[in-house]
Amino acid sequence: MVTAAKNGAALTLSGVHKNFGGIRALSDVSITVPEGRIVGVIGPNGAGKTTLFNVITGAFHADSGSIVTAEQIITRWPPHRIARAGIARTFQNIRLFSSMTVWEHLLVAQPRQGASLRNLMPIRWANPEAARRAEDALSFFGLEPYRTAIARTLPYGIQRKVEMARALTSDPKLLLLDEPVAGMNYDEAEDLRALLVGLNQRGLSILLIEHDMTFVMSLCHEIYVLDFGAVIAEGSPNKVRNDPVVLDAYLGAEGAC
Amino acid sequence: MMSTYYAGLLADIGILLIGTLSVYVILATGQLSLGNAGFMGIGSYIASFLTVEWHWPLTVALVISALAASMIGIIVGFPALRLKGIYLAIATLGFGEMVRSFFLNFDRMGGSSGYHGMQHISLAYIWLWAAGIFLIVTILERSQLWLELRAVHDDETAAGLVGLNTTHIKVGAFGFGAAIAAIAGGLFAHHYVYIEPGNFGFERSIDFVLAVILGGSTVGAGAVVGAGLLILLPEWLRFLADWRLAAFGVLLILVLLLRRQGILDRPLLAKLTFRSGAW
Amino acid sequence: MLLQQLVNGLTLGAVYTLIALAFSLVMGILSVLNLAIGELFMLGGYIGFAVIAMHFPLPVALAAGMAGAAILSVVIQKVAYEPLRDAPLVTPMLSTLGFSIILQNVVTNVWGSDPLQLPSEMFDNRVALGSVDIGVMQLVVVGATVALVAIVAYIVQQTSVGRALRAVAESREVARLLGVSVNRVTLVAFLISGLLAGAAGVLISLHYAAITPYIGVDIGLKAIAVMVIGGTTRVFGALIAGPLIGIVEVFTIAYGGSQIRDLVVYGLMILILLLRPQGLLGGSRQDVGPRV
Ligand SMILES: Nc1ncnc2c1ncn2[C@@H]1O[C@H](COP(=O)(O)OP(=O)(O)O)[C@@H](O)[C@H]1O
Ligand SMILES: [Mg+2]
Repeated sequence: MVTAAKNGAALTLSGVHKNFGGIRALSDVSITVPEGRIVGVIGPNGAGKTTLFNVITGAFHADSGSIVTAEQIITRWPPHRIARAGIARTFQNIRLFSSMTVWEHLLVAQPRQGASLRNLMPIRWANPEAARRAEDALSFFGLEPYRTAIARTLPYGIQRKVEMARALTSDPKLLLLDEPVAGMNYDEAEDLRALLVGLNQRGLSILLIEHDMTFVMSLCHEIYVLDFGAVIAEGSPNKVRNDPVVLDAYLGAEGAC
Repeated sequence: MMSTYYAGLLADIGILLIGTLSVYVILATGQLSLGNAGFMGIGSYIASFLTVEWHWPLTVALVISALAASMIGIIVGFPALRLKGIYLAIATLGFGEMVRSFFLNFDRMGGSSGYHGMQHISLAYIWLWAAGIFLIVTILERSQLWLELRAVHDDETAAGLVGLNTTHIKVGAFGFGAAIAAIAGGLFAHHYVYIEPGNFGFERSIDFVLAVILGGSTVGAGAVVGAGLLILLPEWLRFLADWRLAAFGVLLILVLLLRRQGILDRPLLAKLTFRSGAW
Repeated sequence: MLLQQLVNGLTLGAVYTLIALAFSLVMGILSVLNLAIGELFMLGGYIGFAVIAMHFPLPVALAAGMAGAAILSVVIQKVAYEPLRDAPLVTPMLSTLGFSIILQNVVTNVWGSDPLQLPSEMFDNRVALGSVDIGVMQLVVVGATVALVAIVAYIVQQTSVGRALRAVAESREVARLLGVSVNRVTLVAFLISGLLAGAAGVLISLHYAAITPYIGVDIGLKAIAVMVIGGTTRVFGALIAGPLIGIVEVFTIAYGGSQIRDLVVYGLMILILLLRPQGLLGGSRQDVGPRV
């Protein structure tokens, strides 16, 4: 019987399996994200990394195994409850709301203020608190120039920022990022790294999928390596970097980097 | 004094506006209802029953009929969750036809020979409701809740993953839309003082959808434009005599081809109201 | 009596089958509800009438009705569907509604809104099979329907055009990658759809020996139910569902009062949508979640 661990872990997966038809996307995956840590997940394409996020956030339910936050067992919860329990995410293929401006993206994911009538009134005057939080996120990500632009029409890098900002406005305890630096140049990646370090120092736990090795190695406290849906190595960046199994399965396949 | 001709047209526009808004709020979540005439019929029969048989004041009867219809809307909304896109539209079409044929068989309320005995209402009363509902929708459009509706419309899966309860939002929209349609029905019954099941068939449902899409389905004000056009256009085309419906069909196709988002959309509305689009 | 009802239900059902197939060719492949199909059907009927009135034989009338409806169907595809094919599905649906309004108006102006009738002796030959009295026209309706469905089934299952149709139905993108011309396939779908609707119009109007401009409205909606019940992806689904609904209808009219029949038909349709969205005959649904 699984109970919610009071062991200071923001998220614990134990023995999670997920099949799609005949494909074993995840097999017996156990991962822990300690509170206040940045944990990386690496692995070749098709290893099951995105599926891992989907199972954590309730987009799909795990076939077996358990997923537990610091307080609750969330294995079979619907996605919105999981998000409200403090787990926010971004998507590998950016998923912004096609009709919404940047500003609206920063409001839409904010938790409602109870069931009060305020949610039915114009946000501007019924809920200045929400508007202030959106304003904060806007300036934190330097998105002010794009406030009234339809987010989906903006350059890729900006869209990534909007997605991350949207995730943060829901006030998460754990942030899941699916390949956040894909398509970014060196400077942008460095900016993002600084930003994530800052967020982490404010207490946010982060689980991060990334292909860019330097980025992962320099940022993460701990790394898990997935291959064919299974965890084949875990540990500190240094340990993982020198693990022959990893070199073989991952770096070997992708070319050294 | 307004001529009865124009008064009649205005009454039709007011009632159609309410019906159009009933489709609008459901479509705001991405669900296309081709059965809102069914909810309209339910409201129409309940309100008429309450005023004629129990002598209740009309306003109370309307509120009760709206509540009853919204309950049915919620009951319809739950199974509708299993269906998407055109299949949902077809299921709601089936619901509308079932309601129509239910009243056809419901002899207590006249069955196929219809029902009468309602007191005629004034044009002002119709427009009080129409304006009130339009105002409520306009206020709602600027709320947190409406952003959530739009999120479900744009990307339901993503909406759930950012923390929105898509089930509540979609079912709630059906309930709210059904309530609005019921009001349109009650007003219709007390304007024409005679109702029959054929008033609430597929053609009525499609009129609502047509007005939403013509006027512009992304802003509530589009419903006003759409409802107005749908009533007035055939009148303006009267000079074409027997060919006016064909001309209407041609115009309909032209508008859809030239402005598929409808006559009003958010950018145009912002321009018209001198707002920057930010709020 | 019972057998007589069965035969009548079968005749009505045959016509449902044809119109349901006309709907499902467009709907199954493009997910668009062509609301003008009821009027294509009506138009086919009028053309058939006109040709018969000029003393041509029935096959000529059938061919003319089919051709007329098919040409219009292609016009609808070019004007109302093609320019709007990436719009939300409600938009092309309403532009086909525009055509249905136009067609109804034009036909009313050309032929009048009163029912046209054929001299009743024209197709009134009947044969007695035991206790059952069958109109020759009923046999023609059922026979022609079976033949047409067989031809459509052959086209869809066995020919390269049919493979292309099915590929586009599965996924536009994949079809395009496979080198299928989506435009041509769409055109073919509308073409066959129009042929079937036109045939149904000629057959039913000659069977009843009467026609009005509004004949398409009711039967069109009912045919949507038949399409759903049979499943939008299987040609033979409609062949089962049409007669099924026809017979259910005739029997509810005979034994349950005529008004209850719509309740039964649409109730059945909704049940099928909820419990077996692939239709009575459809294959299994693929067990894949949404891509995130
Ligand atoms: N919704 C789905 N349906 C079927 N198969 C899927 C689905 N999502 C992922 N897969 C399969 O699961 C495997 C892992 O995919 P994914 O998690 O996206 O890998 P990664 O993110 O590591 O590149 C792949 O073989 C992929 O095809
Ligand atoms: Mg991935």
